[in-house]
Amino acid sequence: MYHAIVFFPLIGFLIAGLFGRYIGARACEYITTAFLAFTALIAWGVFLEGGHAERVQVASWFSAGDLTVDWAFKVDALTRVMLVVVTTVSTLVHLYSVGYMHEDPHRPRFFAYLSLFTFAMLMLVTADNLVQMFFGWEGVGLASYLLIGFWYEKPSANAAAMKAFIVNRVGDFGFSLGIFLVFVLTGSVAFDAIFAKVDGIKTLSFHLLGHDWNALTLACLLLFMGAMGKSAQFLLHTWLPDAMEGPTPVSALIHAATMVTAGVFMVARLSPLFEEAPNALIVVTVIGGITAFFAATIGLVQNDIKRVIAYSTCSQLGYMFVALGVGAYSAGVFHLFTHAFFKALLFLGAGSVIHAMHHEQDMRNMGGLRSHIPFTCAMMAIGSLALIGFPYTAGYYSKDAIIEAAYASTRPGHTLAFLCTVVAAFFTSFYSWRLFFMTFEGPARWGVHAAHDHHAAPAVAHSGTASAALAHEADGAPGHTEGVAHDDHGHDVEPAHKSDLVADDHHGHGHHGDHTPHESPLVMTIPLAILAFGALFAGIIFHDRFIGSGMDAFWGHALAHGPENHIMHEIHEVPALVSYAPLIMLILGFVLAFWMYIRRPELPGALAAQQPSLYRFLLNKWYFDELYDRIFVRPAKDFGLFLWKQGDGKIIDGLGPNGIAARVVDVTRGVVRLQTGYVYHYAFVMLIGVAGLISWYLMAGLPKGAH
Amino acid sequence: MLGLGILSGLLIVPLCGAAFILTLKGDDESVARNSRWAALTTTIVTFLLSLVAWGRYDASSASFQLVESHPWLAETIRFKLGVDGFSMPLILLTTFLMPFCIGASWTSIHVRVKEYFVAFLVLETTMIGVFASLDLLLFYLFFEAGLIPMFLIIGIWGGARRIYASFKFFLYTLLGSVLMLLAVMAMYWQAGTTDIPTLLQYRFPVGMQTWLWLAFFASFAVKMPMWPVHTWLPDAHVEAPTAGSVILAGILLKMGGYGFIRISLPMLPVASHDFAPLVFALSVIAIIFTSLTALMQTDIKKLIAYSSVAHMGFVTLGLFTLNEQGIQGALFLMISHGIVAAALFLCVGVVYDRMHTREIAAYGGLVKRMPLYAVAMMVFTMANVGLPGTSGFVGEFLSMLGAFKANPNVAFFSTFGIILSAAYALWLYARVIYGKLEKPNLQGILDLDTREKIILAPLVVLTIYYGVHPAPVLDVFAPSTDALMAGMKAALANTQTAAAALPLAR
Repeated sequence: MYHAIVFFPLIGFLIAGLFGRYIGARACEYITTAFLAFTALIAWGVFLEGGHAERVQVASWFSAGDLTVDWAFKVDALTRVMLVVVTTVSTLVHLYSVGYMHEDPHRPRFFAYLSLFTFAMLMLVTADNLVQMFFGWEGVGLASYLLIGFWYEKPSANAAAMKAFIVNRVGDFGFSLGIFLVFVLTGSVAFDAIFAKVDGIKTLSFHLLGHDWNALTLACLLLFMGAMGKSAQFLLHTWLPDAMEGPTPVSALIHAATMVTAGVFMVARLSPLFEEAPNALIVVTVIGGITAFFAATIGLVQNDIKRVIAYSTCSQLGYMFVALGVGAYSAGVFHLFTHAFFKALLFLGAGSVIHAMHHEQDMRNMGGLRSHIPFTCAMMAIGSLALIGFPYTAGYYSKDAIIEAAYASTRPGHTLAFLCTVVAAFFTSFYSWRLFFMTFEGPARWGVHAAHDHHAAPAVAHSGTASAALAHEADGAPGHTEGVAHDDHGHDVEPAHKSDLVADDHHGHGHHGDHTPHESPLVMTIPLAILAFGALFAGIIFHDRFIGSGMDAFWGHALAHGPENHIMHEIHEVPALVSYAPLIMLILGFVLAFWMYIRRPELPGALAAQQPSLYRFLLNKWYFDELYDRIFVRPAKDFGLFLWKQGDGKIIDGLGPNGIAARVVDVTRGVVRLQTGYVYHYAFVMLIGVAGLISWYLMAGLPKGAH
Repeated sequence: MLGLGILSGLLIVPLCGAAFILTLKGDDESVARNSRWAALTTTIVTFLLSLVAWGRYDASSASFQLVESHPWLAETIRFKLGVDGFSMPLILLTTFLMPFCIGASWTSIHVRVKEYFVAFLVLETTMIGVFASLDLLLFYLFFEAGLIPMFLIIGIWGGARRIYASFKFFLYTLLGSVLMLLAVMAMYWQAGTTDIPTLLQYRFPVGMQTWLWLAFFASFAVKMPMWPVHTWLPDAHVEAPTAGSVILAGILLKMGGYGFIRISLPMLPVASHDFAPLVFALSVIAIIFTSLTALMQTDIKKLIAYSSVAHMGFVTLGLFTLNEQGIQGALFLMISHGIVAAALFLCVGVVYDRMHTREIAAYGGLVKRMPLYAVAMMVFTMANVGLPGTSGFVGEFLSMLGAFKANPNVAFFSTFGIILSAAYALWLYARVIYGKLEKPNLQGILDLDTREKIILAPLVVLTIYYGVHPAPVLDVFAPSTDALMAGMKAALANTQTAAAALPLAR
C-alpha cells in the first residue's frame, strides 16, 4: 500500500520522462495526473484510517562497517499527514497544470518533473532514516532546480534555479554534518534507533572547531541548518523569492505547500532529539520569529503578485518554526497542514490571474479584475481570509494556536517570537488585502494605460511580445527605479516560448490585441474550488485531532513531548487579550489596507516618497542579495581566480616544472642567485607554510589518546 | 593452457590484439577500419574474460584469489598475479571502460590510427597489470610502463600544447616513481622479497616506515593527484584526446589510491597513522582550493579535471581515516568517479567532435537541439555533485562520515566541497546546456547519434544503479577492508595505544 503511494509517481515520471516524446503531451498529462489522483486516494484512506506507527522495509541501500542504511518507510501520524498534504496538492497541481501549461511545447517534461518531485517528496516524508531523508531532501532539490529552470531560455530562470540549489546545499552542509554527528553519537542513522539512545547521549559534549559543545545541541543545530535552507528561513531565504521564476503551478506545489515545509517536517520528525536539546530549540524559535517578521515586512511593498505570496510563505514558515521552537510541535504541523491548502490556493489563484492577464505579474498593471474574473476573485478572497486567520477558516485555528503557544511558553526567546508573530499577523493582513485590492479593486490599470495614475505608473516591458512596453517605476515612488529595475528578472513574461507559441496557439492568445481578462478553464478552476474547500474547512474539521482533545490519540508517539512540556494545554489558559490579538491585528491590517488602497490610493506613493530609505530597504529585500554577493560570491570567484592563475599557474608551475626548467637554464649560465627577489618565491614559501601549519594543527589537535 | 591463469589471460589478450593490429597492411582507409574493429573486439573479449574472472571470484573472502606465480628474476622476485577485494573491482572498471574509449575514438582519430589503438591496448595491459600484480617489482614495472603509452597518446594525438603537457605529465610522474623504486629496493633488502603477500605480513621497523612511506607517497600523491602536485592533470586532460582523458580520469588516477591501499596503509601502518594529518590537510586543501579553481575555469575539460582533483581529495581523505566507512567510501568513490568522470569526458568529447572547441563561452542553449545529450549530461553532473541516488553520493558520503569519525574538524572543512561542487557543476551546466541557442555555428548541431547513444546509455544506467544499489561493489570491498583494519590495529597496538578515539567526553 505504501509502496503504491510512493512509487506510482515514480512510474508516472518514468513514463512521461522516457516515452513522453512518443506518446504525446496529452497522454503524459492524463497518465501522471491519474497516477497521482490514485495515490492521493490511497493516502487519504491511510490518513483517515489512522492506526499505529509501522515500518516497512523495502530494500537495503548500503552498509559499511557498523553503518547500515535501508530503504524503508516509517509510517506514523506525522507521515500520514504529510502523505495527504503532498499527494493532494500534487494531484490538484497536476490537474491545474493541464490548463495552465496548455500552450507550452514541453509539457511531457513538465509533468515528468512534477511527478519526479512528488516521488522525491514522498521518499522524504516516509523516510525511516536520516540518509533516506537526505535522498528525498536532495531529490526535491533537484526537481525544484529543474522546475525553476523549466523555461531554460530565460537567463533569470537559470540563475534562480542555480541559486536555489546552491543555497540549499549550504543548508545541506549542515544537514550532512548533523547526520555524521548523530551517527557518531548513536551508532545509527535510523530514527527509531536514534530516539532510543537519546537519553544516553544528552549529557555528552563534543569537540569541534576548538570549542566544546553539548553534543546533542550541536547535532540539532547542524540539522536545523538543513531545515533553514529548505524552508527558506532567515539568512538562507534568498532563493525562495527568486524561485518564482518557475511556472506558477510549481510555485504552488513546491515553493508553498510541500518542499519548503520539509524543514518543518524534519524538526517535527526529530522532535525526540530537539526536545532534549533546549538550546537548539531557542535558536529555532528565534530564527522562526525573525523570519516571520522579516519576510512580512518585505511582503508589504513587493509589486510582483507571486513575490508577495512567496514572502508570505517565508513568513508563515517562520510561524511554524516558532511553534516547533516552543515545543508546540502539533501546532506547527497543523499550520503546515492548513497552510498547504490556502497557500496553494493563493498561488494557483494568482496563476489564474496571471493567466487571465496574459502573463502579467505586476500588480501595478492590474486592478478592477473582480468583475472580469469573479470566480478567481472569490477564490483569492477565501485564500486571503484563511491566510490572515479570519475566524473559523483554516488559518484561524492553526495560526492562533501558534501565537498563543509563543505567549504561553516559558522558554527563552518566546517573548521575541510572540511579538514578532503578532506584528507579522498585522503585516500579513495588510499585504494580503493590499494584494487583493491592487488586483481586483480600484480602476483597471491594464489595457488602456492610465499613465497619469497616481498610484503606480504602469511598468514592465515585455520583450518580444505584443504586451505592453512600459516604463519602470517603483510603487508610487516616481523617479527612482532601483527596486524593480534592480531585479528586473522578477518581471519577465511567464512562458519563455512565446515566439514558439504563436504558431500552435489554439487558445485565443494569438490575438495579442485582445487584452480583456478572461476566466480560466474548468480544469483550472476545479482545483481552486477543492483547495478553497480545504482553506475554509480544514481547520474546523481537523483542529480537534491535531491540536485539540483528540490530539494524543491522533499523534500517538509521532511527536515527542518532554515531561515538562505541557504547552498544548497551557495555550488554553492565555489571557483573553492574547487570544484576541490576532483578530485585532487582522482588523487593523484590513482597515489600513482599505484606507491606503481604496480610500486614499495616493497615500502609498506619498508614504514611499516620505520614507525613501526605508522603502528602498524593504523593496530591495533588506539588501541580502547584494550583501551575499559581496561577501560570498565575489570573494569566492576572486579567490578561485587567484588560486588558478597565481597559485597553480605562477607559484606551483612556476617553481615546479617550469621553474626547474628555467633554473636549470640559469645554472648553466652560471647565475646562481641565493636570493631571487621574486615575489612568487615568497608566496610559494607561504603556501607551503599554510599547508604545514594546518598539518601541525591537525596533528597537535588530535584528540587525547590518539597519540 | 600453458600453465597460465585467467589473470595472465587478461594481460595477454590486449597484447595479442595490439600485435594483430601491427600486422595489418593495405591502404590507410582499410587499415584504420580494421584496427578499429580489432581494437574493439579485443577490448570486448578482455572485458568478457574479466567477467569470467569475476564469476570465479569469491567476494566474501579477503584472501588473494586466482593467484598464479611464475618464475621470473629470482626465487623471491616472481611473476605473481592475484586479486582481492581492492583490486578486482578496479580490474573490472578498467576492462569495462576500454571499449568505451575505443568507441569514443571511432571517428575522431585520423592520423596514425593503427599506432593509436596499439598504444591503447598496451596501456590496458599495463593498467590491469598494476592491479593484478602480487609482486612489488612487477607492480612497479607496470606502474611505470603505463606512462609510456599515455605519454605517446597525449604527445602524438593531443591538442595544440600537447608537447608541453606530455612532458609535464611524464616528468611529474617519473620524479615520484624514482623515489618509489628506491623504496621498493629498500624493502627488498630489508625483507628479502618483493612478494606482496609476504610483505603484507612483514613488520618494517618504525623508523624505516617513515622514509618508505614518504617515498611511496611521492609517487602516489603525484598520480592521485594531490594538491600541490596536481597541476600536470589539467594540462594533460586538456591536451589529451577524449579517450585519453577517459582513461586518465577513469583509471590512471585510481592507481595512486590503489597504491595507498595496497602498499602504504597495510605495509607501513605506523607511518600511515602518523602521516594521516598531513594527508588530511592536503586533502582538505585539494577539496576547497581546486573546487574554487574549477569554478573559474573557461575550458570545459579543465573544469572537469579540477573537479577530479577535488574528488580525489575525498578519496585520500577517506583512505586515511583508517575506519571502515572512510576506506570503503574512498574505494567506492574511486569506482564511481571512474564511471562518472569518464562519462563527463565522453560528453565533452561529443561536443568537441562537433564544434572543435572546449571553450565554455562557445556554447550555450544546447538543450534546444540536443535534448538527449542534455539528459545524459544532467545525470553525470548530478553524480559529480554527489546527489543521493547517483553513485557519486555513496562514496562521498561514506568518506566524509569516516572523516568525521576520525577528525571532525577535517570533515567540517571537507564538507564545504558539497557546496562548491554544486556551484561549479551547475554553473557549467547552465552555461553550456541552458540558455538561448544564439551562437550561429551552433544552430545546426546534432543530437547524439547511435554510436554515442550506445556509449553513454550504459554509463547513465550504471551511475543511477550504483547510486540506488551500491552493494554489488561496496560489499566486495568489505572483507578486504576488515582484514586491512585488523592488521593495522594489531600493528598499531604494538607501537602505541592508538585507536583514534572520538573527541567525546562525558
